[in-house]
Amino acid sequence: MSFPLLTATAALPALGAIATAAVPAARRTAAKWLALLVSLATLVLALVVLVRFDPGGDRYQLTESHAWIADFGVRYELGVDGIGVALIALTALLIPFVILAGWHDADPQETGSTRWRPTQGFFALILAVEAMVILSFEATDVFLFYIFFEAMLIPMYFLIGGFGDRAHAGTDENAAAQRSYAAVKFLLYNLVGGLIMLAAVIGLYVVAGNFSLQEIAEARANGTLDMATNTERWLFLGFFFAFAVKAPLWPLHTWLPNAMGEATAPVAVLITAVVDKVGTFAMLRFCLQLFPEASKWATPVILVLALISIVYGALLAVGQRDIKRLVAYASISHFGFIIMGIFAMTSQGQSGATLYMVNHGISTAALMLVAGFLISRRGSRLIADYGGVQKVAPVLAGTFLIGGLATLSLPGLAPFVSEFLVLVGTFTRYPVIGIIATFGIVLAALYTLVLYQRTMTGPVKPEVSAMPDLRVRELVVVAPLIALLIFLGVFPKPVTEIVNPAVEHTMSDVQKQDPKPEVEAAK
Amino acid sequence: MENLIALLVAAPLLGAAVLLCGGRRLDAVGHWIGTVLAAVSFVIGVVLFADMLGKGAEEREMAQHLFSWVPVESFQADIAFQLDQLSMTFVLLITGVGSLIHVYSIGYMEHDERRRRFFGYLNLFLAAMLLLVLADNYLLLYVGWEGVGLASYLLIGFWQHKPSAATAAKKAFLVNRVGDMGLSIAIMLMFAWFGTFAFGPVLEATGETSEGKLTAIGLMLLLAACGKSAQVPLQSWLGDAMEGPTPVSALIHAATMVTAGVYLIVRSADIFNAAPDAQLVVTVVGAVTLLFGAIVGCAKDDIKKALAGSTMSQIGYMILAAGLGPIGYVFAIMHLVTHGFFKAGLFLGAGSVMHGMNDEVDMRRYGGLRKYMPITFVTFGLGYLAIIGFPGLSGFFSKDKIIEAAFAKGGTEGWILGSVALLGAAITAYYMTRVMLMTFFGEERWRHAPTPSPAEPSAEPAAETRGEYEVPHPHESPKSMTIPMIVLAFGSVFAGGFFSIGDRFMHWLEPVTGHDHGHAPVSAMTVTLATMVVLVIGAGIAYVQYGRRPVPALAPRGSLLTRAARRDLLQDDFNHVVLVRGGEHLTRSLVYVDHSLVDGVVNGTAASMGGLSGRLRKLQNGYARSYAVSMFGGAAVLIAVTLLMRAV
Amino acid sequence: MNPVNYLYLAALLFTIGATGVLIRRNAIVVFMCVELMLNACNLALVAFSRMHGNLDGQIIAFFTMVVAAAEVVVGLAIIVSLFRTRHSASVDDASLMKL
Repeated sequence: MSFPLLTATAALPALGAIATAAVPAARRTAAKWLALLVSLATLVLALVVLVRFDPGGDRYQLTESHAWIADFGVRYELGVDGIGVALIALTALLIPFVILAGWHDADPQETGSTRWRPTQGFFALILAVEAMVILSFEATDVFLFYIFFEAMLIPMYFLIGGFGDRAHAGTDENAAAQRSYAAVKFLLYNLVGGLIMLAAVIGLYVVAGNFSLQEIAEARANGTLDMATNTERWLFLGFFFAFAVKAPLWPLHTWLPNAMGEATAPVAVLITAVVDKVGTFAMLRFCLQLFPEASKWATPVILVLALISIVYGALLAVGQRDIKRLVAYASISHFGFIIMGIFAMTSQGQSGATLYMVNHGISTAALMLVAGFLISRRGSRLIADYGGVQKVAPVLAGTFLIGGLATLSLPGLAPFVSEFLVLVGTFTRYPVIGIIATFGIVLAALYTLVLYQRTMTGPVKPEVSAMPDLRVRELVVVAPLIALLIFLGVFPKPVTEIVNPAVEHTMSDVQKQDPKPEVEAAK
Repeated sequence: MENLIALLVAAPLLGAAVLLCGGRRLDAVGHWIGTVLAAVSFVIGVVLFADMLGKGAEEREMAQHLFSWVPVESFQADIAFQLDQLSMTFVLLITGVGSLIHVYSIGYMEHDERRRRFFGYLNLFLAAMLLLVLADNYLLLYVGWEGVGLASYLLIGFWQHKPSAATAAKKAFLVNRVGDMGLSIAIMLMFAWFGTFAFGPVLEATGETSEGKLTAIGLMLLLAACGKSAQVPLQSWLGDAMEGPTPVSALIHAATMVTAGVYLIVRSADIFNAAPDAQLVVTVVGAVTLLFGAIVGCAKDDIKKALAGSTMSQIGYMILAAGLGPIGYVFAIMHLVTHGFFKAGLFLGAGSVMHGMNDEVDMRRYGGLRKYMPITFVTFGLGYLAIIGFPGLSGFFSKDKIIEAAFAKGGTEGWILGSVALLGAAITAYYMTRVMLMTFFGEERWRHAPTPSPAEPSAEPAAETRGEYEVPHPHESPKSMTIPMIVLAFGSVFAGGFFSIGDRFMHWLEPVTGHDHGHAPVSAMTVTLATMVVLVIGAGIAYVQYGRRPVPALAPRGSLLTRAARRDLLQDDFNHVVLVRGGEHLTRSLVYVDHSLVDGVVNGTAASMGGLSGRLRKLQNGYARSYAVSMFGGAAVLIAVTLLMRAV
Repeated sequence: MNPVNYLYLAALLFTIGATGVLIRRNAIVVFMCVELMLNACNLALVAFSRMHGNLDGQIIAFFTMVVAAAEVVVGLAIIVSLFRTRHSASVDDASLMKL
């Protein structure tokens, strides 16, 4: 038997989490370094996965399969396709930056305390989330996936509720109340989604007799497993609901602004750039593969909801007063694009959506982390409390601007490629929806530039006049992300090469073909 | 030779990267790095040009394929360049004028502590603009298109500490984004209908589609052009863009970037040729903007804004010409090039005036400056003569041809368009003479502090009026600034003649754009004479109003039209009321809806659950005996149910 | 004797125990009543065992006794410690287990 690479990629951060949590209270710094090293080692493993993955080979590669709960046909089955590989790489890439950016976020406020160990807990929880996210990208057993899909809520709950943003407008008590409100809201929304999915998972087992994604999908494809139309639709809705909460799709989005606003910036990145991607990823992998007919049936409604998300999220972002909530609403708009790309059922749309997941992760991380640095300096999240920062901290302002430009999909930066692919992919099949979605690019420019103008330009406010520029640690966090944004904007081929074959498989699952251009069709 | 094309873009791009990432260490040499790399690009352009001239007219097109950019199934975008006569013209204009303005900026920005960054942005602009004109497909063009938008944003807002500059920058970017939407929809349409968006295949495919589809694509491209080239209805950003440093106004908002719309239309000639309806809309947009810009230019007291109105109007001419089809393409580009020379020269002259006048921009605070800055006066004067179309100078040849072509369009359309173009020429003569007279002739109004009069709310009080008035000491600018002005003045004088003699420019561009003489209802001589007449009338009125009478140091109230024109013909007010206010209300109410309705539904569910459980909780009173009662009760019920079930 | 009579006795004992649990306040008495209910059940089980002619009921009765013994230990310990802290053996006084 070959080396279980996929298990190792997920097990390493899991073990790292335990080790980090076990570091004695006094050795806080050691815990940080340990967490960082583990996340870097995970990145190396993820890169090995990336290299070992052969885009031209089988659909699922590096597979592992062991019996687990034999009585219910639950197996420990792992395997990755191109989409999974890309997202594992994204996750493993972002975690070191998240850890580095949150270096001081969990330092105990009163020094000398030896009993309470928040720092160890913070970093251990981040690694735990990483392990679970990676496993849910790898799982090809529906039940196994479900377990990690749900389990990651627990560490996320503690990360949001336990380590809030210190820059809060109100009193400490008020802050704690809002934080726990946000954390509970996050948990409840996702638990409800998860419960409905659990019902659908059990339903699937009743219908199909096992949990193996590959077996069920194969049986569906060659007709040995027939599902009644209504059964398929109900099961689809059960799965989709959970993913739509996680993604999040309008109107199930309201937990995200609260969670991102109250959490520290690195945790907010963890939510939107990593954890939420599991939702959109699962739509591609589970909804389309297991229930192709129902997916096609639901497409019009989902596209309209995605369209509403795009426009609505962008409009609300314009109206926000809080920097982090603004980024959250921008993310809702972007998730609308991703979901639209997935359900447009064209290869451009789906490749674009996958690419979008990767690019959105990087660009939001860049913007949000810089915003976090900014907020930690001034101690306020309100846009109105800033002004003229560009004058005192030009590097910070510059990186903030690049992050913002990536968010508005400036051509030349990575998100442009994906956004345009999604738009084109949607447009060729649904022209009207494609055109309306294009308004999103104007609104994106509006909220980004308004944010930049109000915080960075104008006369220097007295409160920010002593603001230091980016420190070395912060520059180490931001510079590689920006470099990556530019690189993938000019040369996205490494990602598209891995993703394209996987998208072809998905397209054949739903038995859809790209619309032919009219000139060719006429010939 | 082909491999040099990428270097054209790479040189300034390298400059931008080095200057923007280099940090303070490069402050001392930054401007030289920027200027040298711009010049390198120009030299490469000249080398390629020489190579091109050595070939026959049909073999001049060059291409360079770098790598595949976005390959997804049938969606294939490449990073690939195409250099033909049209692109070459632009390359020489961009790098040539660009290099001159780099030189000028060395002097102009000397005392700015962020000069290194300024040059970084300028280089970034050059790279993006070159990418725009060298791209061989629409998607790559889009990258350059937004790239110049970004550079323009950064440069308009270069003095970010001024809120007005920051707002103007944002406005420019946003209005441009509306246009960009047009471009992206056009590309999507091309992909959906033709399966490609590379120039060659798209233009081939135009033969096989219906006119309606080509009209749709054409209108979307026109929307894009309107945004970038400040054409009605997306023109409102250009006046505000004058908040940027003057070299920026000269390079980006006069000579190069704003003409990108003209490039786009001429580049897509085959699409427009097959879609007469779209062409008609193009000419209408051009004609309307031509008058709009000219009228705005007449009313502005800010020298840069007057010139901005003029730019709008001149680009209106170009768009008009481009809308005429093969009759006009060549002249659109020719006017674009000559305009690049004289308008850049005029802006640099304006910058030189401001440099000597403590950055005062209000022309009513100028007057009689010809004695103090002779070089500026002469170069500005030559630019002035060129733009109004004084016989023998550049503008005469290029603008005259456009008016002729407008008449040659034929039919009623031809007459209307031709008359509008003629009227525009008269207004051009008027407002340019006004600028000239107010700045360089007449009384030296800057010697005395302006007397603020409360009756004039529309007059913008200059910053100096509030504090103690400091009398400026007008002086000639340093050599680094005057030399570029002199070079551009040469261009303004001779370029038109050089292009027109023997129809050199027409033969040069014809292989790319095609040319058609049309059917002129009036002879070329008549048109020229008519142009001369309106020119004299326009300049004459201006002379009577501003040359013979003293110019009041504060703007008089003026007629209704003047007041409207001062406010950009109320376009901003319209935008403000409809878009800004409306948008604010929309977002505010949506924030409310999101909080109370969408979130409210969920929170309401949660609250009712909470209420229910609050009631249920009362059952948990802590008395062990009451728990025991409920247990016994429950057991009794279970037994009863079991017995009943058995009985049934 | 008819084994059904044993069942009547068991029912009677159970009812007495249940009533005691419900109406008495002294924890010791309540506890004794619970024991009475348990033993009523034991009696019923043994009677069933006899009626059906197999040993299942008796085995369960033994099992119940073991559990009851353990329960007595824990229960008495709780009552004693309650009495120590509150100086009262009334079950109504110990009503802290509510939300």
